[in-house]
Amino acid sequence: MPETETDADDARRIPPTATRQRDGDACVIRLAGDWTDYSQCPDWHDLLPADEPDSPRAVILDADGLGEWNSAAVAFALNLALRCRARGIPCRRENLPEGLDKLLALALAVPELRQEAPAPAAGPIRRLGQTTLALLGQTAAAISFVGVIAESLVRLAAGRTRTRWSDVAAQTARCGHQAIAIVSLMGFLIGVILAFIGSIPLEMFGADIYIATLIGIGILRMMAATTVGTVMAGRTGAAFAAELGSMAANEELDAYTAMGLSPVELLVLPRFLALSLTMPLLCVYADLVGILGGTAVGVLYCGVGLQSFFQHLCATTRLSDFFVGVFTAWVFGLLISACGCYHGLTCGRNSAAVGKAATAAVVSSIVCMVLATALITLVTVLVGI
Amino acid sequence: MTPTNRESQPDADDRPQPVQVRGLTMAYGRRIIQHDLTFTIRRGETFVIMGGSGCGKSTLLRHLIGLNTPAAGTVLRDGHDLFRADETTLDAIRRRTGIMYQSGGLWSALTLAENIAVPMQEFTDLGPREIRELASLKLALVGLAGCEDLLPAQLSGGMLKRASLARAMALDPDILFCDEPSAGLDPISARRLDDLIIELRDSLHTTIVVVTHDLPSIFAIATDAIFLDAETHTLRAQGSPRRLLDESHDETLIRFLTRGERSS
Repeated sequence: MPETETDADDARRIPPTATRQRDGDACVIRLAGDWTDYSQCPDWHDLLPADEPDSPRAVILDADGLGEWNSAAVAFALNLALRCRARGIPCRRENLPEGLDKLLALALAVPELRQEAPAPAAGPIRRLGQTTLALLGQTAAAISFVGVIAESLVRLAAGRTRTRWSDVAAQTARCGHQAIAIVSLMGFLIGVILAFIGSIPLEMFGADIYIATLIGIGILRMMAATTVGTVMAGRTGAAFAAELGSMAANEELDAYTAMGLSPVELLVLPRFLALSLTMPLLCVYADLVGILGGTAVGVLYCGVGLQSFFQHLCATTRLSDFFVGVFTAWVFGLLISACGCYHGLTCGRNSAAVGKAATAAVVSSIVCMVLATALITLVTVLVGI
Repeated sequence: MTPTNRESQPDADDRPQPVQVRGLTMAYGRRIIQHDLTFTIRRGETFVIMGGSGCGKSTLLRHLIGLNTPAAGTVLRDGHDLFRADETTLDAIRRRTGIMYQSGGLWSALTLAENIAVPMQEFTDLGPREIRELASLKLALVGLAGCEDLLPAQLSGGMLKRASLARAMALDPDILFCDEPSAGLDPISARRLDDLIIELRDSLHTTIVVVTHDLPSIFAIATDAIFLDAETHTLRAQGSPRRLLDESHDETLIRFLTRGERSS
């Protein structure tokens, strides 16, 4: 059986030992036994203590009694030699097996790469300053990217860009009708959820009929746009960042730039235009399915009649609610495509950077969308739309 | 595809050299890659930028084609300062430049024929049929006849490099930049790519600038070369690699050219 064989091998093995002997100014370290198991080997720290009062002038490593050996012996000898080198003590090797001697010479041939001393850990104030500067830098870069897009849009309007309309059409298809299925599901469920949640307080007051108002204003003004925005940030914004990011990693963007073709005109504008066109349309669609979901709950669960539901819906909802929602969705489209493309274009040149760019695109789009929603809500409430 | 006979042009000697580098310092942030490079690439040469890993060969190439901006100094292309010239001049320079990227740089969403067609669509008045036929010709020249409708992802490493060469040659450039053409290829494919570059140079009289550390390639194609040193961050030598090997006493250079087997 293999176990007994191993046991027998272990039994036959002579335990590794290292003895230290002072010979005047020199210190002789003798290795003996089988040096095959590093965990069993003597610790080199004990043989050359740092706090020795009478430090030896030379160290002699003698391996005359060494039996079998493997990396364990090499590691021991290397550490000993490095310690000697650090303390400026010459280290002589005697009676080492040829292979062991060669391996040691190989390991000692190239001096250790001297790493630059790491900067001392920054204090909290310094870190705060560094973080602030980095954030300011990122903000400046993002703003100048918005400027580049705006400049390209102006040139597009003047008909002086190389943007291809076939690219715009292809991107529109990708972020338009291909997103219908997921938008249907999400929009419908959001309508259902909103109606269920709304029915709880409304039933308390016996005001079930106002479920129609809640659905109308809630879906049209806000929830449809937010739902579509979230879906598209995850679905399309991340895809933009990953696509452009892997193009950056593969030198495809360089190939355009070096040819004098602007990646913004060729790659960013089609995506930007496609999303700013499809987002309002998807929002209108999400309005419809969301109201459908809300109506289903209102009629089937709350027991509001279908006709009175719609009468109430039409009476309490204004057209401006619908337009505010569609406008919000359009703004979301601009933000999602700008965030996605920005993180794609500025992506690093490896696969981990592509993943990071996709994540950053989604997170920054959602943050921007929440900020934009707050701003739009504030302005519309103040203006009274 | 009609190569002009350079010798017959009366003003051949008056024209500025294709690439003149003057006191170029390259840096990423505060980290200096190479400083104060000055050299000239003469017309019709096969010029090799050589040096060990990390010495800034590819970075230098990016400066020569204007993808990176120098920390100091400048690059003149056909006598025009690459970083101060106006868009029209730059466009003209770009149109006479072909670039073969280290990882191919082919647009992965487009087929090979479409890849080669892009520069022709953007910079010439050719119609779709002519472009398609010219693209097929370029592919045939690099030994990829019949691969027009393949996507870059469907190609092997060697085919990818050759397709990249075909796109670089799309506009019959006066100067061709190649970044590590033989990197990642087996010795036979690397040799065939070298032969192809030499053949295209001899038949089209293109000036060729190659970044490489592949010794067989360096000795096979280079008529002139510079050696960049990663440790001193300077240009250590210029000249034909064979002459450098015979005459130079620079230990780092000799070790590089002989794979460390000989030192001066």
